[in-house]
Amino acid sequence: MENKRELKVSAIDNGTVIDHIPQGAVLRVMKILNLEDFTDQIYFGANLESKKYGKKGIIKVSGRFFKPEEINKISLVAPTATVIEIRNYEVVNKLQVDIPDEVVGFVKCFNPKCITNHEKMTTYFSVIDKEDLKLHCHYCEKNTKKENIIFI
Amino acid sequence: MKNRSLVSINDYSKEEMLHILELAKAFEANPRQKILKDFVIASLFFEPSTRTRLSFESAINQLGGRVIGFSDSSSSSTSKGESLRDTIQTVSLYSDLIVMRHPLEGSARFASEIAPVPIINAGDGANQHPTQCLLDMYSIMKTQGTLDNLDIAFVGDLKFGRTVHSLVIALSLFKNTNFHLVSPVELKLPSSIKKFIVDAGLKYHQYTDIQEVINKVDILYMTRIQRERFSDAMEYERVKNSYVLKADMLSNTKEKLKILHPLPRVNEITEDVDSNKKAYYFQQAKNGVFVREALLASILGVI
Repeated sequence: MENKRELKVSAIDNGTVIDHIPQGAVLRVMKILNLEDFTDQIYFGANLESKKYGKKGIIKVSGRFFKPEEINKISLVAPTATVIEIRNYEVVNKLQVDIPDEVVGFVKCFNPKCITNHEKMTTYFSVIDKEDLKLHCHYCEKNTKKENIIFI
Repeated sequence: MKNRSLVSINDYSKEEMLHILELAKAFEANPRQKILKDFVIASLFFEPSTRTRLSFESAINQLGGRVIGFSDSSSSSTSKGESLRDTIQTVSLYSDLIVMRHPLEGSARFASEIAPVPIINAGDGANQHPTQCLLDMYSIMKTQGTLDNLDIAFVGDLKFGRTVHSLVIALSLFKNTNFHLVSPVELKLPSSIKKFIVDAGLKYHQYTDIQEVINKVDILYMTRIQRERFSDAMEYERVKNSYVLKADMLSNTKEKLKILHPLPRVNEITEDVDSNKKAYYFQQAKNGVFVREALLASILGVI
């Protein structure tokens, strides 16, 4: 039933719905997924009522499907998000985002003296705390905490 | 260990560390052997160093190897804006192994991933300095006869001192190490390093006064406290003299106590300590040559 209700509002025939985005993270999710430059229809809502989370955000993108590695990028800001793929108004796939063990190439190391902030190279972190989100830089060996995460 | 880079002390297992210390002992007995005569070793110091660079170059020379490189980035193409990637790729073409020091953290790990030849990290910013750690371990082993069951005091700047961090991590691998951490409140050992002690089931004790601990330890590892580390200049002025070691403080210390310091010292050990038989920091610097001979020979696969 809920799916039908969503479809009435968003009316996308093909595309992706990202639901259960934590309050305040909608714009960041759009930025991480490069949706700012996307030219097809996008609907998004913030501070919507959610039984499970109190307040939530939602993004509906028409004509766009995401690869698992793109989805995992948003897990760092929206660990509770659900990603729903829609084809011909039908839900064909629904998945929960998953915080990866490694974060490669899309987060900046917070340490200004880290080599990754000075050379043209790919950043590389291991996730050492999934609950509190702490990333350990493979290069400078410093930890970047949740509040210091900046996306490249 | 042949052809493997040494970037961080964590790259070696306890057995591998002990193997290097054994080899270093053999090199101390016989430091001049021409076993590297067919090798060219690059020594790239992007920032200045006295002991590390010269002891590496002395070790290479004593083993008959050839050294190429620079001792200051202003005499390299780095000053023209060349990337580290390009410098390392180029130097790899001219040498069999690269010893490097660089002010940026993680630079040695990055170099080890792009160079076809092994890299030895001689210090990457405030991050790692594994050869210093191994020579500290060698000095402890040599003077105490063991790396187990020791009471070790670390004194001074335990927050930013990379040599302290590496040595604490390495000594956490040994039996019953008892860590005594003496520092101003602002410069306490970070909890990420204390975690290694706790995870190993070992104990640490924290103090702000060196007198509380000096008479009960086997090793006193002194470090320099830098004024710029303090957010409050008054606080620096208040504490600076409490971390200065003077000869008269040694009268009731253990017979086998040895005082270590990674050097350079500024004023944290007064000169009157130098002639005391418990002062060991200059021998410690000398031990660096034997440990570096052991590493070069082992990584180049000649022993």
